[in-house]
Amino acid sequence: MRQFLTFIKKEFSHVLRDRKTLLILFGLPVVQIIIFGFALSNEVKNAKIVVVDYAKDDVSRQIMNKIEASRYFELEKRSLAHHEVEAGFKEGQIKLAVVFPANFGADLLHFNRAQLQVIADASDPNLANTLTNYLSTIVMDYQLALNENQAVPLQIGTEVRMLYNPQLKGAHNFVPGVMALVLMLVCVMMTSISIVREKELGTMEILLVSPFKPVLVILSKAVPYLILSLVNVASILLLSVFVLDLPVKGSVLLLFAESTLFIITSLSLGLLISVRAQTQQTAMLISMMGMLLPTLLFSGFMFPIENMPKVLQYISNAVPAKWYYIIVKSIMIKGLSLSAIWKETLILFGITMFFLMVSLKNFKIRLA
Amino acid sequence: MVLLQDLSKSYDKGNVKAVEAVSLEVPQGELFGLIGPDGAGKTTLFRMLTTLLLPDGGRATVNNLDIVKDYKAIRSQVGYMPGKFSLYQDLTVEENLNFFATLFGTTIEENYHLIKDIYQQIEPFKNRRAGKLSGGMKQKLALSCALIHKPTVLFLDEPTTGVDPVSRKEFWEMLKRLKAQGITILVSTPYMDEATLCDRIALMQGGKILAIDTPDAIVQQYPEKLYGVRAAAMQKLLLDLRAYPNTLSCFTFGEYFHLSFKDDHAGAAEDLERYLESKGHERIGIGEVTPTIEDCFIRLLKQ
Amino acid sequence: MEAVIKTDKLTKRFGDFIATNNITFEVYAGEIFGFLGANGAGKTTAMRMLTGLSTPSSGSATVAGFDVYRETERIKKNIGYMSQKFSLYEDLTVMENIRFFGGIYGLSDKAIKEKSDMLVEQLGLASEKKKLVGALPLGWKQKLSFSVAVLHDPKIVFLDEPTGGVDPLTRRQFWDLIYAATSRGVTVFVTTHYMDEAEYCNRISIMVDGSIKALDTPYNLKREFGVGSMDEVFYKLAREARRSAD
Repeated sequence: MRQFLTFIKKEFSHVLRDRKTLLILFGLPVVQIIIFGFALSNEVKNAKIVVVDYAKDDVSRQIMNKIEASRYFELEKRSLAHHEVEAGFKEGQIKLAVVFPANFGADLLHFNRAQLQVIADASDPNLANTLTNYLSTIVMDYQLALNENQAVPLQIGTEVRMLYNPQLKGAHNFVPGVMALVLMLVCVMMTSISIVREKELGTMEILLVSPFKPVLVILSKAVPYLILSLVNVASILLLSVFVLDLPVKGSVLLLFAESTLFIITSLSLGLLISVRAQTQQTAMLISMMGMLLPTLLFSGFMFPIENMPKVLQYISNAVPAKWYYIIVKSIMIKGLSLSAIWKETLILFGITMFFLMVSLKNFKIRLA
Repeated sequence: MVLLQDLSKSYDKGNVKAVEAVSLEVPQGELFGLIGPDGAGKTTLFRMLTTLLLPDGGRATVNNLDIVKDYKAIRSQVGYMPGKFSLYQDLTVEENLNFFATLFGTTIEENYHLIKDIYQQIEPFKNRRAGKLSGGMKQKLALSCALIHKPTVLFLDEPTTGVDPVSRKEFWEMLKRLKAQGITILVSTPYMDEATLCDRIALMQGGKILAIDTPDAIVQQYPEKLYGVRAAAMQKLLLDLRAYPNTLSCFTFGEYFHLSFKDDHAGAAEDLERYLESKGHERIGIGEVTPTIEDCFIRLLKQ
Repeated sequence: MEAVIKTDKLTKRFGDFIATNNITFEVYAGEIFGFLGANGAGKTTAMRMLTGLSTPSSGSATVAGFDVYRETERIKKNIGYMSQKFSLYEDLTVMENIRFFGGIYGLSDKAIKEKSDMLVEQLGLASEKKKLVGALPLGWKQKLSFSVAVLHDPKIVFLDEPTGGVDPLTRRQFWDLIYAATSRGVTVFVTTHYMDEAEYCNRISIMVDGSIKALDTPYNLKREFGVGSMDEVFYKLAREARRSAD
C-alpha cells in the first residue's frame, strides 16, 4: 500500500511540475468552454427580417412590436408586398419573412384561431431552423399573455414546440459535449503519454523488474488522472453555472458518478494506446485522431446522429462518448434521475468493462 | 550466480538474431564484463536475464531461479540499470531514491550503508532535480537507485557510455567496492579499455561470444608478436606499412600503429626499419608491445 | 600555415551562465584538430557557434574565411557536419540519402551520380545501395554518414563524437576514411570520448569549464604534463573541473 501511495505521489509531482501538462489539463476545459460558449455559439442575434402585413390590425401590430423588441431580430422593413420578399431573400439581405394574412386579428377573435406564415432562407438550414424557432416562441409568448384574460383560448397556428430549451440557448448542447470531449482528451492523452514517457526514459524497465505488481503500475498511473479529471468536471460545471448561467437540474452526485464511469473508460483507452505506442508523439497522435474525431462526430454533440446514414448510426453506438453525452444531457438539462437513464448507464458500463479488460489483458509484464 | 545455456533470442520472426546460443557462467561475487560494440546483443542478453524478455531457446538461471518460470522471485533479488535509464528528470535526487526504495519495499535508512559511498557524493544536491545533474552525477544516482533494495546480482547495461573519462574512472572504482561486499556484478560496455577492470570478460559481436576468459588469459592467447611502430609522418607511414610485403596486419592504435609480421623471424623488425628508412621516414620507432583487449577483439573480428 | 578556423575571445552566455568563455584558437588547413572536453565543458556550444547554428555573445571568429555573425549561410556551404545522433534518414535507402544530401548542397545530378557511385564502391556498399539505411549495421551507417558529410568537398568537416559505440575494427576503418579526406585537403574538426583517438589528431585542445586549458600536439601535451598517455593528460585537466552540467 505504501508503494502504491508513493507511486501516486510521484505521478502528482510529474503533473504539478510540468507547466505544459498543467496547461493542457486545466486550460483545455476553460478554453473549450469559452470557444464553444461564445465563438461557436449557434445563438443568433439581430437577424434581419421583414414583415408583410396584410392584416394591419391591432394583433398583427402587437406581434410585430414584440418581434422588434426581441434581441434576436432586427426588423428591416414593414409592409412589403409579397413578391418583394423573394427579391430580398435573393439579395441575401433578409433571413426571415413573416406574413400576416388579411383578417388575421379578426380571425383570431372570431374563430379563436388564426394562421401566420413564416418564410425562412433555408440555404443555411441550421440558421433557418433556429430563427423560425425563435419566432414561434415569441408568437407563443404573445398568445399566452393574450389568453390570460380569455375564457376560450385563442390559438395562433405555429406548430413548433421547443422542449427543454425554449430559447435554444447554445450552452445546453455544448456543455455536455465539452465535458465528453475534455474528459476523453485529458484521460486518454495523459495516461498514454505518461506511460509511454516511462518507456522512453527507460524507467519502465526498472518498474517491471521491481517486485511491484505490473497491474499496480497501471492502477497508480490511473488514479491521479481520475482525480484530476474529476476536478475538471467540477471546473466545467462551475463555469457553466456561473459564466454561462446554465444550472444543473438533476443530481450533481449522479453526474459525478456517471462521469467517473466515463473517465474509467477513457483511462482504459489511454492504457490500450500506451501498450502499442513507443514514443510520446505517437501516443499523442493516436489519442488525437483516434479519440477526438469519433467523439466529435459520433457523440451527437456537433452533428445530430438521427440524420446520419444507418451504418454510421450503428457505429455511433460503440462510441462511449455518445452515451455519456446523452446521460449528461439528461441529468444536467432535463433533470432526470437514474431510473430514466439506467439503460444508457448500463451500456456505458458494458463498454467500460470491455475496454478495461482488453487493456489489462494487453498490458505486458515484459518488454515486447 | 548466473548461468546461461545456449540462450538465444531473435527479432523480426527470426530474421535478426540478437543473441545466438550464448552459454556462460558467472559465480557469486564476480565482476563480469560483457564487452562489445552497439548491436552485439548485450542489451538483449541483459533483458532476458532480468526477465524483461522471453528467450526463444536455451535456458538461464539467476540465483538458481529460472528466468521464465520464477520471474517474480528474480525481480525482487536483482538490481538493474538499463542502458537508456535516465531517472525521473522532474523529481529531485532524494525523491528519485525514495521512490525506488519504496517501489522495492524498503527505505533509504534501511540500506543506507550499501549506497553510502556513492550517495554521499551527490547528497549535497539531494534537493536538486535529477534533470539538472551532470552525466556523472546522474549515473551515481542511478546506481544508488539500483542498489537501494540490496540486490544480490547487479546488471548494469552500458553504465559508462557517453560519460567522460573522469566519471568513468570513478564509476569503476565504485563497482570494485560493491564487489568487495559480495555482490555479483554483470556489466556491459563498448569501451575495450574497461575490460581489464573486470574479473572475467566475454567479447561479444553479432549476438555471439567470440571469447570468454580473464582479461590476462585473453591477451596471452594473442598468437602473433605485436610491434608498435611510429614515425614523424604518421599518415604516410600507415600507407607504407600496409604496402610492406611482410605485413600481416596493421592498424592505428593511439600514438602507434600496431603491426604483426607474416614471417616473424629474428631481425624482421630491423628489416622493416631499413624499408621505412628507404621510404624517407624520419624518427622511426619500432618496439614490441603487449597486446591489449582491443587488439584481441580486432583480431577476433577479422577471423 | 593557413588558418581555416580562427577564433578570438569567442564567448557564449546563457543568462548568467558562461557556456564558452573567451576561447581563442586557430585550426590550420589540412590538419586533424581534436576538440576534447568532459560533458558540459562547452564543446557543443563552441561547435554550434562555429557551424553557424548559434550566434556568439561576444568575441569574433571566422570559419573558412567567413564571419560567424554575418556570413553563416556561406559558412554552411563550406563545411560538412556529422554527429552521432543525427546522421542519415533510416527510412531512406543508401542511394536516396546520398542523393538527398547531395541535392541539399546544390550538387548537379551528374556530380551526384558520379560521386555516389564512387562512394558506394569505396565503402563496399555496392550490393547494399538499395537497402534502407536503418537496416545497416551501425559501423556502416557511420562510415556512410561521414562520406555523405564530405560529399560536397567542404573545406572543413565537423565530426561530433563520430565513433561512439562502434566496434574497434570499424572505428579504425572510420579513421582510415578521415585520413583519406585529409589527404584530399579537407580539414577535420573532431570531438571524441576515446582517448586513443586523440592520439590520431595533429593537434588537440582540451576544454574545461568553458575555457581551453591546453592546446598542442599529443606528443607535446604528454611531455608537458609528464605522463605517458592522453588519457592521463585529460584526467589531470578534467579532474579540476568545477562545473558539471550536461
